[in-house]
Amino acid sequence: MLLISCPWCGDRSEEEFSCGGEAHIVRPVTPQDMDDQAWGDYVFMRRNEKGVHFERWRHGNGCGRWFNVARSTVTHEILAIYQVGDDRPEVPE
Amino acid sequence: MTGPRHQPLAHLALAAAREAPRPDAGVTLRALPYQPSIILRGESGDAAFVKAFRAGLGFDLPLAPNHVSSHDEITALWLGPSEWLILGDVGPVAPAGQGRLARALAGRHHAIISQGDGRQIIAVSGPRARDVLGKLCPLDLESPDLAPGHCARSILARCGILLHPQPGGAYHLHVARSFADYAWRVLAEAGLEFGVAIASGD
Ligand SMILES: [Zn+2]
Repeated sequence: MLLISCPWCGDRSEEEFSCGGEAHIVRPVTPQDMDDQAWGDYVFMRRNEKGVHFERWRHGNGCGRWFNVARSTVTHEILAIYQVGDDRPEVPE
Repeated sequence: MTGPRHQPLAHLALAAAREAPRPDAGVTLRALPYQPSIILRGESGDAAFVKAFRAGLGFDLPLAPNHVSSHDEITALWLGPSEWLILGDVGPVAPAGQGRLARALAGRHHAIISQGDGRQIIAVSGPRARDVLGKLCPLDLESPDLAPGHCARSILARCGILLHPQPGGAYHLHVARSFADYAWRVLAEAGLEFGVAIASGD
């Protein structure tokens, strides 16, 4: 079980959170101009990183807020926690 | 303000009333009577909103995470940076704008959401109250962040709760009405090893 540090509530048990998948995916501004390949990539294709993964988490059974996490998919270690809308932080590989 | 026609835990309280008192019980469970409540939404960083709340209810909205403040039978519990639970009668929510909170906040960016009778509060008290919650809830109940004056949303077994520590080592647990029966039974079961008493009345 992970302890996740919510930016508002502090350290809480992983049970209170849910993972919302990869972060920094930007919805296309003009989807009508995209072909099926590009739209399919946007909807379905993910990085599936071995190493540092930037992902969204929500403190659903807590303050209800979304935030971003940099987590190693190898060790499960949480390397950074930052606000939605911020750039990817520098983290050790 | 009128209460619900049907108390969510009436069936369990009736059964409990037939049991003999347990003076040796480590844990006492009590279904609290209906209390009016609303959810207030607004931005912590909106100084005009915060000021208008104070003007309307005479005390400051808690802005620090997981803090509680109260005044004159009204209690405000922090749920999130833009969300509070207000316990007590702050005036009618409908028709819109009639209550004293609604009047104070008129023209400010906010939302007042009536909770109706959608919530049930279960009071858990007794010398082993913390022990029984510790079996079911991942919060660090010994932390100073959960002393009276604080609150936290979390989970109790498989159900979402709002935990509101009380003076004297008791806790108020807010659960959604439809989870009241589940929460009560899981508490009663987890408390068996300490002895459970069911309190009736207010
Ligand atoms: Zn939180």
